[in-house]
Formats: sequence, C-alpha cells, structure tokens
Amino acid sequence: MGQITLQGVQKSFGPVHIIKGADLDIADGSFVVFVGPSGCGKTTLLRLIAGLEDVTGGAILIDGRNVVDVPPAKRGLSMVFQSYALYPHMSVRGNIAFGLKMAGIARDEINRKVEAAAATLNLTPYLDRKPRELSGGQRQRVAIGRAIVREPKAFLFDEPLSNLDAALRVQMRLEVTRLQKQLGTTAIYVTHDQVEAMTMADKIVVLNGGRIEQYGSPLELYEKPANLFVAGFIGSPKMNFVTGEIAKQQGAATIGVRPEHLKVERDGQGGWHGTVSVAEHLGSDTFLYVDAGPLGMLTARYVGELDLHPGDRVSLIPDPARIHRFDDSGKSIHA
Amino acid sequence: MARMVTTRRKVISTAAAWLVGFLIFFPILWMVLASFKTELEAFAIPPSFLFFHWTTENYATVQERSDYFHHALNSIIIAGGSTLIAMLIAIPAAWSMAFSPTKRTKDVLLWMLSTKMMPPVGVLVPIYLIYRTFGLLDTRSGLIFILCLGNLPIVIWMLFTYFKEIPKDILEAARMDGATIGRELIYVLTPMAVPGLASTLLLNLILAWNEAFWTLNLSTLEAAPLTVFIASYSSPEGLFWAKLSAASTLAIAPILVLGWFSQRQLVRGLTFGAVK
Ligand SMILES: Nc1ncnc2c1ncn2[C@@H]1O[C@H](COP(=O)(O)OP(=O)(O)O)[C@@H](O)[C@H]1O
Ligand SMILES: [Mg+2]
Repeated sequence: MGQITLQGVQKSFGPVHIIKGADLDIADGSFVVFVGPSGCGKTTLLRLIAGLEDVTGGAILIDGRNVVDVPPAKRGLSMVFQSYALYPHMSVRGNIAFGLKMAGIARDEINRKVEAAAATLNLTPYLDRKPRELSGGQRQRVAIGRAIVREPKAFLFDEPLSNLDAALRVQMRLEVTRLQKQLGTTAIYVTHDQVEAMTMADKIVVLNGGRIEQYGSPLELYEKPANLFVAGFIGSPKMNFVTGEIAKQQGAATIGVRPEHLKVERDGQGGWHGTVSVAEHLGSDTFLYVDAGPLGMLTARYVGELDLHPGDRVSLIPDPARIHRFDDSGKSIHA
Repeated sequence: MARMVTTRRKVISTAAAWLVGFLIFFPILWMVLASFKTELEAFAIPPSFLFFHWTTENYATVQERSDYFHHALNSIIIAGGSTLIAMLIAIPAAWSMAFSPTKRTKDVLLWMLSTKMMPPVGVLVPIYLIYRTFGLLDTRSGLIFILCLGNLPIVIWMLFTYFKEIPKDILEAARMDGATIGRELIYVLTPMAVPGLASTLLLNLILAWNEAFWTLNLSTLEAAPLTVFIASYSSPEGLFWAKLSAASTLAIAPILVLGWFSQRQLVRGLTFGAVK
C-alpha cells in the first residue's frame, strides 16, 4: 500500500516561504508527476515527503498515518536522486543490497532479491563493478535497482533522467513507466520537462512559486487548464494568448488557442491575418511563427507538410470549440 | 606526421620531468653520498662523486656522540602525538563546518588560516616565557602542544575540503536506505572519508617531523627531536660536513621511507584532492 496525502504542507527556509500550503491526494499505485519551472519547489516538496526536510506546517499521511515526525528510513519510501548518489566504494551488488542489509534481512534472501532486481534492469553482467566503471544509463539503472529492491510503499524520483542524453532519456522514460506499472507501486516523479510529465503521468501536479496550480490527468490539464499558468506550461509549442478587443468579444480578459487548434489558410478570408516570419518543416508537422500585427506573434501547427515560407500572408482560424477563456485574475472561465 | 610530433613531445617532456626530478633529488643524494665520505673528502674540490673511499665511520661517530634513538623516539612521540591530537580536534570541527555550515563558517576558516601567516618568531618571546613559567621548556608535552596548535589550521582546512567533497546526496541516500546515523558513519562516510583522512594524517606527520623552529627553540636535550640532533652538528667550531650529512641522513630516513610508501596519498594531500 502506498497512499499519500498532503494536508496544508508548508515549508520555509528561514524567512522565505518555499511551499505555501500544499494539499494533495495520491492514490495507491498511481504515477504522479510534479512539474513546474525551475525553482518552484518541486524538489523541496519531494524531500518533505521523503523526510529529508522537516515541514514547517501541515501534515503528511502515508496510508493514513501522519509521518511528519517519522525519520526518512521509517517512512518506507525509496528515492532516486538526480545525481544517482550511488555509494562509490561499493559494487553494484553492494549498492543494491545496502538497504536490505540495513533492514537486517538474511543474506540468502538479499542475494536472491538483488539478483532478481538486477535481472529486471539488465544489470546482471555488471553486479561486481564499481559505479565509476559504469555508463550514465547503467548508473541510473543501479539507482533504480536500489529503490525497487526494498519493495517500498512509494518511489520518489527527483529528475532522474536529466543527466542522460536525449535518446537514452526517451528509452529510460519508457522503462521507468513500464517498471512502475509492472510493480504497481506508487511513484512520485519530479521533472521540469512537461513532455516527460505528459507522457509518464497518471496524474500531474503543476507547481508554480510554491503553490499547486492544478492537479489532474494529463488530458484534463491539456483540455481544461485551470489558469493561464497551466495553459501556458502544458503543451508544446505553447498556447497562443490574445488580449484586448478580440478577447472582450468572447467575454474574457485573455483568450488562448493552442497551435494545433489554429487552422492555417493561405490568404484566406476569415480569422486572424498575419505574415509568416519563420516556418519549420519537419515533414510530419509544419510549425509556423506568424506575425499577426496587433495580436502579436502566433504559433500554428499543421500536421503534414505545408508549403509556406517567410513573407507569405496567411490567415489563422481558431477552432471555436477549442478557445480557452481566462478572466482578469488569470483563472479559466468555464461556460 | 602528427603522431611523430606527439612522440617527440612525449620524449621531451619525459626528459624534462626526469631532469627536474633529478635536480630536486640531487641535494639529498649528495647528502647521502657525503655521509659516507671522510671529512676531508667531503670538502674536496673538485668533489668526488662515486669513486671515493666509502666509510661508515661518520655513522659510528654520530651514534657515539649523540643518542640517535633517543632523538628519534622524541621525534616519533612529538610528531605522532601532535598529529593525533590535532586530528581528534579537527575531525569534528571540519565535520560540522562542512556538513552544517553557518554564515560565519567561511570567516572562521579564513581566520584560522590567517594565523598561519604570522611569523612564529613574532610570538617566540611570550611563548618562551609562558613555557618557562609553566615548566614546559624541554618537555615532550610542551612540544606536542605547540606543534599541534601550529598545524591545527592546516589540518582543519584539509579535512574541511575533503569532507566538502563528499556529496550530501549520498548521505541522504543512505538515510533513505534505512541506515541509522551510526551505520551511515561506519558503512558510508568513513570509507569515503578515509583517503582524505589518511593524506591529512600523513602530511601533518611530515610537517610535524620536519618542524624546526619551535623544536629548536623550546627544547635542548630531554625532549629534543631529530631536528635538534641535526642542528648540533653545525657547531661554532666549524662544520663537519660528513658527520652533519650522516646525522641528516639518519634524521630524514624514517620520513623518506614513510613518504615513499605513501606517495599516492601524499600527492592527493598536497593538491587538496585535486588529483584523483
Ligand atoms: N536548504 C535550502 N535553504 C534555503 N533555500 C532553499 C533550500 N533548498 C531549496 N531552497 C530554495 O527553495 C526554492 C525551491 O527549490 P527547489 O525545491 O530545489 O526547486 P525545484 O526543484 O523546483 O527547481 C529555490 O528558490 C531554492 O533556492
Ligand atoms: Mg529540483
């Protein structure tokens, strides 16, 4: 079991409030991603759950028990650090076995479990190597092995893939998701990369400036962002925002349209007019950056190849069903 | 072509390194050679290099005139004692500064280092008078005390830089893995800190062994270490090169042997861990 609940969790370092009251319910077995810009408090929140930092206020419940005064070792969670944090003087076997050894488990059982974990992660040939003799991806696997072998209530990941190159990152992303589903263990995963968040999460927590902006499934966040921040943060390329007269006509202070919901027409009649300033042809997609005069720069995405070039006049027609409206304070207006 | 240039460069730099190494080593070699010459030959111009009448009579005379083992024992006790006490004080000090620093930590460290910039002779008279009052002159404990104080800033600095190198993440990983503070210390911290502790210990042993200012000024016979033993051979009646060389060779032999066997740790120590 690994059900985690945060109730009004706060954290300050001296006079600085970093986490300004977080409420959250994480269901057993789910994969929850904390996402947000750098410095928004993701790591701090994760470390509070881990017990590596003490809360300034509020409660953290694991399976219904308040653990704010429980030391990290007794919370039954395991963590994968961004830096891997492997024990440099121990072999891969020693690294993975360490937690079990600390728990006083019999040697035979430790060996059995370590070998099982190593097999799952394709680490068997490397069991007797030291961390410095491994590649980045292998070290990452050892760190994950160390986490899974203890059969914790939940895994905590702090940007575990950010030190890997792009190709390996995509591969490990899949492996981590697959492993989590296979084990059925609750996972909390911190990243600043919204693509990682969208692809891996059952549910996403969007953090900004120490506050939870929204908590929901990837599609909920995409389709019904709670406010301007979430709307701008989730989705790539970013949502287009338009203010002024056009927004007012829709009864909003700001309206937002995602690039994929702008229909592009060469010199058409309706919609918003502009001039292509940059066109990116990826074959599968075409991204257009359009200078739309008083509306500012707009981004449009077309699936497939579109033969448009800088200087071409285009009109962009927003899909009326996909226009997001926001009030003065940035909150979404739902019809 | 490129390969030829690099081989040539390799040869040149290797030769240069050997040359520099030899230049640095030469005085020691010369001293050892001189210790096996007669006084007359030691002075001879042009000097003879290897083809002279080898003799060990200097060593015999030196041992006869002054008790080498007495001084060597003093050296061991004083260098070992002061290093050990300095380590005992410095480990917790450096520890707390590295792992729970405050706003003033950097200032404290700099202040400690600044004490090393004062010429010791500036405080010789007051220290001498204090030592005389408390009966510490020519005692081993007196020398242990002053050498310990003298080396403490360096010991703390070295340990601090080593401890700082230990990533906090790894300690936290151990804590997440369920290690208690005690087990974290035994299984994770100590193994990671041992190379740093060893090089600090070695370097300070050598510094204390070679320390000549305080030992010469605060001891005469009873507590006198090997530095005093060497100095006694440069007497007002004239220098006895061969005997001085023999005494010096005897004095540096133990530390040379120690240094030889711990080269790797020493290099790490002297570069503050920059070379791995
Ligand atoms: N130990 C600390 N003392 C003081 N400030 C800290 C400490 N740890 C983190 N912070 C501050 O808290 C904020 C959030 O940090 P962090 O949780 O690491 O952000 P993120 O992981 O989202 O990038 C940052 O402004 C950081 O400077
Ligand atoms: Mg972070």
